[in-house]
Formats: sequence, structure tokens, C-alpha cells
Amino acid sequence: MHYSVFSIISQAFKGQKDWKPVWRYPDPKAEYEILIIGGGGHGLSTAYYLAKNHGYTNIAVIEKNYLGSGSVGRNTTIVRSNYQEPGNIPFYEHSLKLWEGLEQDFNYNAMMSQRGVLNLYHSDSQRDDYARRGNAMMMHGVRADLLNREQVRDVVPFLDFDNARFPIHGGLMQWRGGTARHDAVAWGFARGADSRGVDILQNTEAKQIRVENGKVTGVETSRGFIKAKKVGIVAAGNTTRIAETAGLRLPIESYVLQAFVSEAIKPLIPCVVTFGAGHFYISQSDKGGLVFGASLDYYTSYAARGNLPGVEDTIEEAMAIMPSISRVKLLRHWGGIMDMSMDGSPIIDKTGIDGLYINCGWCYGGFKATPASGYCFAHLLATGESHPVATALKLNRFETGYVIDEAGTGAQPNLH
Amino acid sequence: MRIPCPFCGPRDSQEFSFLGQAGLKRPDPNAPDAQMQFHDYVHIRDNKAGVTQELWLHANGCRSWIVVTRNTLTHEITGSEFASPQVKEAAQ
Ligand SMILES: Cc1cc2nc3c(=O)[nH]c(=O)nc-3n(C[C@H](O)[C@H](O)[C@H](O)COP(=O)(O)OP(=O)(O)OC[C@H]3O[C@@H](n4cnc5c(N)ncnc54)[C@H](O)[C@@H]3O)c2cc1C
Ligand SMILES: [Zn+2]
Repeated sequence: MHYSVFSIISQAFKGQKDWKPVWRYPDPKAEYEILIIGGGGHGLSTAYYLAKNHGYTNIAVIEKNYLGSGSVGRNTTIVRSNYQEPGNIPFYEHSLKLWEGLEQDFNYNAMMSQRGVLNLYHSDSQRDDYARRGNAMMMHGVRADLLNREQVRDVVPFLDFDNARFPIHGGLMQWRGGTARHDAVAWGFARGADSRGVDILQNTEAKQIRVENGKVTGVETSRGFIKAKKVGIVAAGNTTRIAETAGLRLPIESYVLQAFVSEAIKPLIPCVVTFGAGHFYISQSDKGGLVFGASLDYYTSYAARGNLPGVEDTIEEAMAIMPSISRVKLLRHWGGIMDMSMDGSPIIDKTGIDGLYINCGWCYGGFKATPASGYCFAHLLATGESHPVATALKLNRFETGYVIDEAGTGAQPNLH
Repeated sequence: MRIPCPFCGPRDSQEFSFLGQAGLKRPDPNAPDAQMQFHDYVHIRDNKAGVTQELWLHANGCRSWIVVTRNTLTHEITGSEFASPQVKEAAQ
């Protein structure tokens, strides 16, 4: 069913009775051309683009839980392409361009809102650093605006500009950045894939990847063995657990990141604002809740729930730029598991095993990558070649030394 | 989370900083496959779901490096000891 203003109006006259379920609940077939492990944003977008761009229909996505139960439904929904490393900028810009046409493309309202992403700077040296980042973006044709203090004040007058420790001197603005409705992104890709014949198998856990003579033959799952010519691991925080069943060891550690949402208040924050003297980001959802987060909890974890020091740190950073929200009540907070890579950048590549592919290492920033990640991974699975914007995201960069370390912190994943 | 420091006793986790997997051995730089061994040493970790042994520094305390036994699925901590064999011996 095509969604449009006409379908809404006509359903209104039919008592909303003709809406169809958005995807099927098929039983697994014995064999697929390609099997995707992980039904998060990236797994679903991979399936969508495999079907749409490359004509694959005999493929499946297996998800151990329900769709959107992972980080795709837990993130703070920030979408941007303000990176500075040459290996990253073209990829994230490709993603932002896909976001700009995504809702028309998959005919689903993902509530993409290009409200702007503003990174605040608090010192002269940080201004220079942000100017450099803005220049790096512009060299790749991505617009960036370096705002001075008064220009920042025009956009977000309620910040604590004269904070004694972290005065606000200005900010780097990417007006095309913004937020999107995270669950709707997963649902839109799922619907688009399902309607093209992709089987989405929920409550189906990958237990063991079967490899014979250096070649993948399929996956043992909680619903039996499924044969496949090619297998793609897209399991975010659980990547290494699945990869090790095929004997692969990866440059990845899993950590928990927390996120927070407050009670709804009247419209206050017009864009995404990030604090430059720490690591804090905040925006306001269309329902009015303030959505925010900070750094991860600094030790490895698969618990999908965080600890109190992380909460305290986040709230302290909020108070350092926005004391005006100190009386706003917190509604919920939660955690998600993230695949932190050793240089803070993702991996989309083949492995040493024939037919086995990986898409992982998304760290804090995989939501914005959802469309391009699937787009490029589908390209790799279908053609065997890296997509031109993803050629730097190779697994062997840790051997060759061509790491993509945006933060410059070295092989310490909890610092990226 | 409270971490039992063998010197200071149970202390708030905020006093500690986390390094990662314990027991990694620095490879011999003269080994014929030293380059690959160093790649693994710097970049490859077990990333275990379950009980792990990991290095923590009691940075805002006695400043000892300690090996903590912790479950990454539950955050439960079941033991800790000094990382350095000399310190371990001296403490006995
Ligand atoms: C709190 C938080 C805030 C974030 N904020 C942002 C942000 O503002 N902007 C941004 O760009 N990014 C953000 N991220 C990062 C982003 O959410 C992730 O990088 C991205 O969602 C990961 O890709 P995914 O959607 O495919 O992951 P997931 O949704 O986690 O998908 C992986 C799926 O694999 C499944 N799976 C795991 N093991 C198996 C198995 N054995 N068999 C079958 N299925 C399995 C899981 O159940 C899961 O559904 C944030 C993350 C968190 C946790
Ligand atoms: Zn101590």
C-alpha cells in the first residue's frame, strides 16, 4: 500500500479498516542467496538497498529480538556529516544526501528534520580547531558556518554564555544536520525491504556461522540451520560475539552508552546543540521532550544499562551550558551497547573467509550512517567491491596504519 | 559500581580509570612476524560477554594498577588483585 495524503483521507472515510500490516512474519526458507545477521537500522537498510539497487529478492534478515530493539531504537537521533578525516567525510555526506531524499524514496514518514547541528567552542584554540574542521568539510563540498558569539546568541539565546569555566565563544554550524525519528527509520526500511520480497525473521538468533574449507555455508539459528551463499554480520554491539563463531577476531570492544529524555516542555531548543568543553549533546523532540546524552560508561559492557557516574556526568555538563533546564524533570533514561572500534571509525569490508562480510564499529555515530551503511554494504555484498565513498573503511587499515582517528586518541576505544 | 582495591578496600568506581583486557604480553620486536603480533597486541581484544579480567588504575586513590574480575553482562565484580607480581608479593 502506498502511503499518501489520499490514502489517509480515504481511510478516514472507511473507518481506518483497510490498513495492512507493514511487514510479514514469514517462516525461514531452507536457503537464501544472502543472509543478514541483525535487524537494526543497518541490517534493514542493507536488505532494502540489496533489493532496490541490486535486484536481490531471495535474501533474509535475522533478528534475535524484535525489530528496532537494538541501538536503532535507543539513540539520540542526531544526523550530520561534519567530520574532518578524508576517509569519513565523503561517506557521511553521502549518507546525509540519502537522508534528504529518504522519506520519498521509501515512502514512509521518518520525521527527518534538518534543524541544524551546532558545535559550541569555548576557547580560542578550540575555535581554530573548529575552523579547521569546517575547512576540511568545505574542501569536500560540504557547507559549514563558523558562528561568532553573537550569531550563536541569535540561534540559542538561553545558553550560559558567561559561564566562568566554559564561556561560549561561538560555534560551528551545519544547517543541513538535524534529527530523525529513529524507530520510523527502522520501520521504513523494513517495510521497503519486505514489500520487495525480503524475509524479515524476528526472534531468530544467529548461534554459529558455519564455515567449510574457508567458505561460508550458512548460519545455525535458534530456528534451525539456514543455508546461505553469503552472510553479512550487522549486529552492532554484538558483532564480535558472532564473528568469533567463525574464528574471526576484530579490533572492537563493546561499551554501554546512556541516553536521557525529559518531560515535555514548550518549544525551546531549535537545533541540536553540543557542548565543546566535554561531550554533551541535546535537542528537543517534536513531542517536546529534551533528548540528550554524553560520553559512554568507560568500561566494557554488554548490560545495555549504565551506571550512576555516567548520569551525574551528563547532568553536570547540561548545567554547564543550559542551567535554565535545571528544574525540568527527567522522564526516562536507558542504555544501548555499542561496537567501539580501535580508531573510532566504522568497518565495511570482506573478511578472510569467503562469503563472510562485516559491517561494524559504528561507535556513537551509526544512526546518521544508517542509509549509507546499508547502501555501501549492499554494494559490497552484490559486487564484491567497496563502494567509492567507503573505500577507506577497510578492516586491514589497522595493519597498514591508515587508521581514521577523528579524535586522535589512539587505540583506546573508550576514548573515541 | 564499587571496586574492591586490594590496598584501599571497596571504593567508588569513579576513583578508577579503565584500561582494558589484562594479561596481554608485549611481543618480541625481533620476532619474524613481529609486525602482525604488534597489530594484534595493539588492536585485537577478546571483548568477552561474561567474566573477564581487566586492568584498572586506582588513579584517585593509592595509584596501584589492579586486575579486576568482572562480568560484562551483569557488572558484578568478584575479585581483584595487584597487577604487579612484585607488589603482590610485597603485600603478603
Ligand atoms: C544511547 C545511544 C545514543 C546514540 N546516539 C546517536 C546519535 O545521536 N547519532 C548517531 O548517529 N548515532 C547514535 N548512536 C549510535 C547508533 O544508534 C548505532 O551506531 C546504530 O544504531 C548501530 O547500528 P544498528 O542500527 O544496525 O544497530 P542495532 O539496532 O543495535 O542492530 C543490531 C541488531 O542485531 C541484533 N543481534 C545481535 N546479535 C544477534 C544474533 N546473534 N542473531 C541475530 N540478531 C542479533 C540485535 O538484537 C540488534 O537488533 C547512539 C547509540 C546509543 C546506544
Ligand atoms: Zn587503592
